[in-house]
Amino acid sequence: MELLFENSRPGRKAGTIPASDVPEVALDKVIDTSLLRTDLNLPELSEVDIVRHYTRLSQRNFGVDMGFYPLGSCTMKYNPKINENVAGLQGFTSLHPYVPEAAAQGNLQLLHELAGFLSEICGMADFTLQPAAGAHGELTGVMVIKKHFEKKREKRTTILIPDTAHGTNPASVALCGFQVATLRSNTEGGVDLAHLRELMTPDVAGLMLTNPNTLGLFERNIDEVASIVHGKGGLLYCDGANANALIGVTRPGDLGFDIIQLNLHKTFSTPHGCGGPGSGPVGVKSHLVPFLPVPRVVKEGERFRWSDKFPDSIGRIRSFYGNFNVMVKAYTYIRSIGAEGLRRVSENAVLNANYIKERLRPYYQLAYDRVCMHECVFSGEKQVQESGVHTTDIAKRLLDYGFHPPTIYFPLIVREAIMIEPTETESKETLDEFCAAMISIAKEAKENPDLVKSAPLTTPVKRMDDVLAARKPDVCWTLC
Amino acid sequence: MDYVPNTLQDQQQMMKAIGIEALEALFVDIPEKYRLKKLLEIPPPMSEQEIWEHMTRIAARNVTPRSTLLGAGVYHHYIPAVVHHIIARSEFYTAYTPYQAEISQGILQAIYEYQTMITRLTGTQVANASMYDGATAMAEAAVLSAKTLGKNRLLLARSIHPEYRAVVKTYAWANGYDCVEIPCAASGQIDSGALKDQLDDRTAAVLVQSPNFFGIVEDVKPLADLAHGRGALLVAGFTDATSLGILKPAGEAGADFVVGEGQSFGNPMNYGGPYLGILASTDAFLRKIPGRLAGATVDREGCRGYVLTLQTREQHIRREKATSNICSNEALCMLAAAVYLASLGKNLKKLATLNVWKANYFRAKLAALPGWKPLFPGPVYNEFALACPDVKSANSRLESAGYTGGYDLSREYPELGGGILLCATEMLRKEDMDNIAALLK
Repeated sequence: MELLFENSRPGRKAGTIPASDVPEVALDKVIDTSLLRTDLNLPELSEVDIVRHYTRLSQRNFGVDMGFYPLGSCTMKYNPKINENVAGLQGFTSLHPYVPEAAAQGNLQLLHELAGFLSEICGMADFTLQPAAGAHGELTGVMVIKKHFEKKREKRTTILIPDTAHGTNPASVALCGFQVATLRSNTEGGVDLAHLRELMTPDVAGLMLTNPNTLGLFERNIDEVASIVHGKGGLLYCDGANANALIGVTRPGDLGFDIIQLNLHKTFSTPHGCGGPGSGPVGVKSHLVPFLPVPRVVKEGERFRWSDKFPDSIGRIRSFYGNFNVMVKAYTYIRSIGAEGLRRVSENAVLNANYIKERLRPYYQLAYDRVCMHECVFSGEKQVQESGVHTTDIAKRLLDYGFHPPTIYFPLIVREAIMIEPTETESKETLDEFCAAMISIAKEAKENPDLVKSAPLTTPVKRMDDVLAARKPDVCWTLC
Repeated sequence: MDYVPNTLQDQQQMMKAIGIEALEALFVDIPEKYRLKKLLEIPPPMSEQEIWEHMTRIAARNVTPRSTLLGAGVYHHYIPAVVHHIIARSEFYTAYTPYQAEISQGILQAIYEYQTMITRLTGTQVANASMYDGATAMAEAAVLSAKTLGKNRLLLARSIHPEYRAVVKTYAWANGYDCVEIPCAASGQIDSGALKDQLDDRTAAVLVQSPNFFGIVEDVKPLADLAHGRGALLVAGFTDATSLGILKPAGEAGADFVVGEGQSFGNPMNYGGPYLGILASTDAFLRKIPGRLAGATVDREGCRGYVLTLQTREQHIRREKATSNICSNEALCMLAAAVYLASLGKNLKKLATLNVWKANYFRAKLAALPGWKPLFPGPVYNEFALACPDVKSANSRLESAGYTGGYDLSREYPELGGGILLCATEMLRKEDMDNIAALLK
């Protein structure tokens, strides 16, 4: 498809700028010429050109509204339409962040209540809503850990991270000046307690644990894990990326976690927007509340205001108050489905995942044969051995069946991993259709492996040359 | 409301297939004592009509002004109608990060085009697919500078947005870097003498913003030369992104990183977010910059297409050795920015010029009032700082008339002895400016 720049024609315009109602002055009279640009190379298009361009681009993109999107650990649930309408209300969209608090009482009330709901859902004392994404929440949580030990005048340099963790965990820890020590998993996919005891030395600040983990498994030994970490004075951090398995069923705070980050764009139904915006609120137990970022919403009687009078705070981690408009959607979702709905989310997310696990187990090798939570992980190793078909081939073939593939090659400890997260918003019929496709691909892999290896056959482009893209990087158009 | 399609019958069939009799059996791995026995204390569900009415009431507790005089990092610009129509397409807004290139060519090409427009606007060779906001873009550029050079000192112009400085300091604290603030000269631009005095061999980067927080345009070239002369990098920010339509690109002036808030490009003010951080750099940092990059390549049949590229910089491949921890970015806000820029095209210069005219008119009008005068003589884009007899009373008069007043500089700049920061974009009419001047007399 042509680029915007290739469709540009000199003199073409979309829309006009209003005529000036104030005196016009030559720019170089008010700003020195040396500070002004000499040319502006932006495309020139008519409005219809632009609309058709982006409409055609949208037709080359796959979203949840088009079909099943079982991307493991990403919680691609349906994004309710009412959330979008509410978030578009002018009262929410048109406010400048520095309007006087008296003019933003609705927003402040919403933020205060949302932090309260999240605290109740997670069993935490309070939440900050400032982090803009899950990884940003992780970074905030790790900063809280750093501040906690700084206040105690303890020098702790390392944070433990299981080998199943998302890459953001070690990266967040590194961005906060800590070392990473990798914690092994045991044979049933949980934390290796002996290894944890060995690693949990006095210079370890804590453990970042995803629960359920990226194998879709709940940490059965959570009591022991918490007591080992706390016993050595460490803090227990919960990566809440997989909270869709837990809401209304159990609470991370009750399980012994001191800190959690949630991803509103996963568990609380806000759309992923091709990669963002998200929102990564961080909840903590009461002893860590003083370290949360500023400013925080404070309620006085029936009025709300911002306060930055928290001298032990880590400071600011984003401008203003975070991704406010995303929070409006998450608030709308929680109020729409209520307490009963929250519990039904996790029950059905877990039911759907276990159903897929049972349906596919005769055809694909299960990584760990246990009851799973909101996602199940298979290995494509069987197909590799039988016919040389790899997980990536299976994923690409699923495109031809009209499904978005699961997460592949993650977690890293499972060879040829296929990680399937159906979410609660899919019907049994959809799950059956997906399973039928997976079963059919398993059959094709045996009988006609070349077909699977040549997939996808029906997409606008075929398999892309990633190696060329990295070897000869072309990250902006330079031809006109 | 409920978004779960499973009926009781579906559930029973599925449980039978799994070999369990009750949903409770799915949660056996959770120790019994931790399983909730009652519902969470969250209000009961609502119908769609009820939630709409409820949320409308909350939104109505906010006061929408007739016009705003606030800038200070967030700008009220007109958003062409096409922007919302495009980003409201659910093929875009309900998709995930485009890891599966074959069914994500739409957003991948849109990112590639955005990257191209940003490099052209900033005078750089590479731009990523967005950071969280202007402040985190600046903080990550600072951290990357320090890591790249193995140095631990950052020099920040005090005229950088106070919240950006705060975010940079938080990231610097976490990494054990020192931050030193460089004051303004009488012009409102950075005091280059003070900068020269502070530059040393430990300095990783000099951070400035142009236009700066006071709306003043900085001369980036000599600052870049000063920084480079001591082996440091220059991180050049900007406040209102529309200023890129007329100002000399910081990349051309020698900046190593150009960072800033892209909200002005087609994103509503939204009480602070979501916005998008613009981060652009020179070729030298192509394999180091944080965040996602779309790159052009070909498919098996030789057709042009796009992929996320140079992923070995990123956390999902490199883990603790990654350039940054960023995963989710602000892709949909970036798409809004791309559509906005495509829609304005060369008209961006005209729009930016109109902003300069409005600000100059408004500044002159207010400076003619008794007791009001510009705090700095330097050239302005669409914001300006004024000394005035009483900021609080001026703002309360403006609020009574339905305007959002200016930013009270005493909040963050006690050394200025009081002052107000005001902004005039294309949204502020001459009639309003004249009214306001009369009101403040």
